Amino acid sequence: MVIEQITFYIFAVVTVVSGIMVIGSKNPVHSVLFLILAFFNSAGLFVLMGSEFIAMILIIVYVGAVAVLFLFVVMMLDVDFSKFRAGFTKYLPIGGVVGVILLAELILVLTAGSGSFELPSKTSSPTPDPSIVENTEALGNILYTDYAYLFQISGFILLIAMVGAIVLTHRKRDEVKKQRISDQVNRDPKEAVTLKKVGPGEDGTWKSD
Amino acid sequence: MTEYDSPNYLIALPEIFLAGTSLILLMVGVFIGNRSTTILTWATSAIMMVALIMVLVGDESRSVTFGGLFISDIFSTYMKSLVLIGSTITLLIGISYVKREGMNRFEFPILILFATTGMLLMISANDLIALYVGLEMQSLALYIIAAFKRESIRSTESGLKYFVLGALSSGLFLYGASLVYGFSGGTGFTEIGFAVSNISDQGNLSLGLLIGLVFLAAAIAFKVSAVPFHMWTPDVYEGAPTPVTAFFAAAPKIAAMALLIRLFIGPFLDAFDQWQQIIVFISIASMGLGAFAAILQSNIKRLLAYSSIGHVGYALVGLAAGTEEGIKGVLIYLAIYMTMTIGAFACVLAMKRKGQMVETIDDLSGLSRTNPSMAFVFSIFMFSMAGIPPLAGFFGKFYVFMAAIKADLIGLAIIGVLASVVGAFYYIRIVKVMYFDKPKEAFDRPIGNELTFVLAVTGIITGLFFAYPDPVLDGAAIAARSLFY
Repeated sequence: MVIEQITFYIFAVVTVVSGIMVIGSKNPVHSVLFLILAFFNSAGLFVLMGSEFIAMILIIVYVGAVAVLFLFVVMMLDVDFSKFRAGFTKYLPIGGVVGVILLAELILVLTAGSGSFELPSKTSSPTPDPSIVENTEALGNILYTDYAYLFQISGFILLIAMVGAIVLTHRKRDEVKKQRISDQVNRDPKEAVTLKKVGPGEDGTWKSD
Repeated sequence: MTEYDSPNYLIALPEIFLAGTSLILLMVGVFIGNRSTTILTWATSAIMMVALIMVLVGDESRSVTFGGLFISDIFSTYMKSLVLIGSTITLLIGISYVKREGMNRFEFPILILFATTGMLLMISANDLIALYVGLEMQSLALYIIAAFKRESIRSTESGLKYFVLGALSSGLFLYGASLVYGFSGGTGFTEIGFAVSNISDQGNLSLGLLIGLVFLAAAIAFKVSAVPFHMWTPDVYEGAPTPVTAFFAAAPKIAAMALLIRLFIGPFLDAFDQWQQIIVFISIASMGLGAFAAILQSNIKRLLAYSSIGHVGYALVGLAAGTEEGIKGVLIYLAIYMTMTIGAFACVLAMKRKGQMVETIDDLSGLSRTNPSMAFVFSIFMFSMAGIPPLAGFFGKFYVFMAAIKADLIGLAIIGVLASVVGAFYYIRIVKVMYFDKPKEAFDRPIGNELTFVLAVTGIITGLFFAYPDPVLDGAAIAARSLFY
């Protein structure tokens, strides 16, 4: 129990601190690295909550793809980030007002909300108890067993999107030089290389007859 | 491990067949290249005809599979048959156009096959998620074929417009679907039906379900291009390549109407009082706009676009009645509408002068002297669309208006009749242009075997429908009955 709590606080503190560092650090590359750290630690928090699927997705999708993409963009584009900070004090008041309004609304929803609509208690696929079925397995059951039909059609939709992208944008260009492996392999050194005897007094340059 | 029962795949056999063969054709196309377009077009038509046979010989009793996501009944059999016939014929009348106008790429028939599969899935959807994925599968393929002639600015414009507005309507649909799910606790039509009937027993429909219902209606009205969600129709119909326009006017509209009927006569039947107002409004608005806006058009494709908006309005009259007879009327109307529309577009596809496609109404001047048979067939379609007896279009209107009158919607029926009188003006104007105006240079001949064949068949069906209407009338009757089990 104690270990669980210690782990939670380590993950939580690191998440919050690296979250602050994302917006605080001067170097944008550092920001992205801190973002990755924040993602890792929140993945740890999800594992503690027993939702290991979201933890995996967080690492695979956010760290694996999105954060790396960010890093690429930051490194590839020559953006002067000090310019972005220039108007910070100018926009502080209005930004602060928006922030306060959002906070007030959030509190309002949390305290007074829920109960104004009568929502049905039954849902199509209720979340199962994590102690009985792991949520990866539960999601897998829904996606690949109950909704296998929908999964297949979604695959078709993606295929159509791919065909569409190719049909509408692919052009055959003749001037492009492509590698032809068979040509390369079949090259005969006897035809490709010729030895020229350079006699005394000649400089070796080609003379057309 | 939980016990897993394999779903009954046989119920969805036509869809599985279409999906599987479309992948095979895609591979064939990729390996052979654009040379294979014509072969693939014929193969696609053959595949759709085989699927039609599968639909027709399949089990007709009401059955669900894939855990209740997929439903098959006589209604779906009827609608799927219409969609498959419509897709096949519009694919065939486009063959020479596709070859000629720089659209000769193998993806074209395959995308039509994908779209058709999506339509079949829509018709058989028994769940909001299943409905949405079917709708997206269809729409995505349609956006692509609208922009298929990518060298033409008009075609790409129409594709982009269709895509943006279609995405908007998908958003509306998802918003409505999430509200309905939130307030009924299920995405399946059976569960939603329980929730709706429970709540309406206690009095009023809950606000969340009502708003969800309105959003769903708006999104599907978009897909059937009913006023006030019709704005995309004239531009898309005008800009898209003509065979694609013919396809748009025939097949997806029928699938979307099937969706509307399935949703409203299924889970939302107990909320009839609520949705009736919506349907009555969009029906009146569509009939009115279809009648008046088409008068000013000079482009025949634009005119047919407005005409199709009007026809959707007439078909919705039957749905507004909400009775078995009304649905029967809608189903008859859709079958006749599809025949007339395909015929009219086949005529438009034959409008070619010195190798150039022409598409203004003036170009038809004096067609009766330069090509009397085509002028005659075209006039049959126009008279039929205007609803002049004894042509097929009259029967379509007759059944929906009769159903409306029996359901005490006399006002709606009167407005419908008045709108069709106004609409008759521009249909008959085309006939006048063909028969009484000074002849222009003749259209290119021959128009091609497929076109001649389709014109002859649709012309005969439209002209002689009164002689043997039983297959459509009986089919529509049992299909409508299967919804009110």
